[in-house]
Amino acid sequence: MLLLTFSDIGLIVTLVIIAAGLGLILKLALKGKEIDRRIIFIFIFFSVASPIIFQIKFSEKATAVVKSIYDKIDNLPEGSKILISFDFDPAMAPEVQPMAIVLGRHALIKGHEVVFMSLWTTGQSLLTEIINEYILPDFPEKQEFIDYVTLGFKAGNEGVLKVIATDFKKMFPVDNNGRPLDSIPIFDGVKSCSDFDLVISIGGGKPGPKEWILFVTDPSNIPMAVGVAAVIAPQMYPYYPAQVLGIMGGVKGAAEYESEFIGNYERFKDMKTPGLLTMGPQTLAHTVIMAFIIIGNIIYFRKRKKEAKS
Amino acid sequence: MRKSSLMVLATVATLFIVSWIFKGIALEDIYESNYLQGFLLTFSAFLTLSIMSFLYKDNPFYKFSEHLFVGVSAAYAMVVGFWTTIVGNLVPRLSESLSNFFQIPYQEGTYNFFYYLPVIFGLMLLMRLSKKHGWMSRIPLAFIIGTTAGLNFIGYLRSDFTNQIAATFIPLLGAAGEWKGIGDFFSNLSLSAGGQLVMMLSNWVIFLGVFCGLIYFFFSREHTGLFGKASRVGIWILMITFGASFGYTVMGRISLLVGRITFLFKDWLGIIS
Repeated sequence: MLLLTFSDIGLIVTLVIIAAGLGLILKLALKGKEIDRRIIFIFIFFSVASPIIFQIKFSEKATAVVKSIYDKIDNLPEGSKILISFDFDPAMAPEVQPMAIVLGRHALIKGHEVVFMSLWTTGQSLLTEIINEYILPDFPEKQEFIDYVTLGFKAGNEGVLKVIATDFKKMFPVDNNGRPLDSIPIFDGVKSCSDFDLVISIGGGKPGPKEWILFVTDPSNIPMAVGVAAVIAPQMYPYYPAQVLGIMGGVKGAAEYESEFIGNYERFKDMKTPGLLTMGPQTLAHTVIMAFIIIGNIIYFRKRKKEAKS
Repeated sequence: MRKSSLMVLATVATLFIVSWIFKGIALEDIYESNYLQGFLLTFSAFLTLSIMSFLYKDNPFYKFSEHLFVGVSAAYAMVVGFWTTIVGNLVPRLSESLSNFFQIPYQEGTYNFFYYLPVIFGLMLLMRLSKKHGWMSRIPLAFIIGTTAGLNFIGYLRSDFTNQIAATFIPLLGAAGEWKGIGDFFSNLSLSAGGQLVMMLSNWVIFLGVFCGLIYFFFSREHTGLFGKASRVGIWILMITFGASFGYTVMGRISLLVGRITFLFKDWLGIIS
């Protein structure tokens, strides 16, 4: 028996409306009528809004560039030290926040000791929100200072990185709540960033992943992974695999990681997956954009042919 | 003001107030200050829609939101900069009494005369506001530019130049540089992403891409014959790279749109869970 879910019905309705609309536009364009740019905006809005309302999801499979980050965290021995830097602001959050959530969960479920920090002023509040509202409720057994610690935001951009590359406590004498780092168990035996088993920077601006590579991980040969906003992703690929072990590029990277994570951890099978959910609108919006590119090209070549004949 | 403009303004104001009241009532069970939260959510939605209204055409609502955003961002950056850089970084290393004044722990044993330099440089930068003493701001500016250039030069030279060249020297035979002969290659033939064949192809693409890309930028010889064909491949490589970048940019922008629409549907209108 064919059973259609609410999402399936939504997907069919959306595709029918988009296809009919695009067909009409093509017909009008072939008749030589001008298409207002605002028509395109309406199509993009509909192709993004509809999957959000109908919760349309597509399956994802982790590619090698994302899987390598997952494998690294999964294969590190329990109690390894991981530094995660939240170098982003609310404007970038829809893209990179899903990465931050799933990485935090993965690191904690594997029993690693996680240090959270931020190089962005606005990263501080996002860091607190993500840890307290999304990550920690799933790990009531985890203790602050033993399993994780939040250092918060530190001003100084690349200056901060230059210092913590050699002396962590010089730049962070205390944590976010004013507790001296010397009294925090996670920092036992940590002198500099070299004492971390993995450094992850999540962001897309400056300072961000690139500065971490330039000033911290590359000079000291520290394993580094990055989660970046899509706009920055192409700039990160030259560093892979020699200088960064993996890249999560935009929500696609986040969705791939989420897919791998929920596939392997039964406990998180039903967790919220904002990355995977965002891929529904992404897929439909990209399809519409490609359709408009094709329509534009058809019209252009027909026009050129007509002009050549006349 | 024209009558039509007044009508639009009155409609928007009415819708705003109606939304505020409805949102306030809806939040009654969640927040104590439900009407304040209702106002904040409605105002956020108003600002989002105002920014989006630019897609239709430029209008006063867009202008208002844009100016508000720039103003708030500048003010926020200034306040945070003061509390994190001057109070957070400098004061605890400079003076115990000042640290007590700002109620932050003084870092004993970190006193260094050179910490006064940023104070002096900072004051000199502010001289920019004076017509007579504006020249003084050039000295700290030169220091900032020089230091930044010096710091970045080493980092970029290592990570973006020498290490990038090293990363281009990749094995063209065998996935990890271990070529065990054609027999072994065909015996272990696999089409998986981590297989020897795909890895080899990937390495060849990198090698030829870099080589042909460099040829395209070599202008000391006319791009004809085999050289011209290699240059043509170089253009294709560049175009594919730009295309991939464009695709990623579109994905980034759509993600931001998803973020705003989710806010409108979930937090403001409450039509999705």
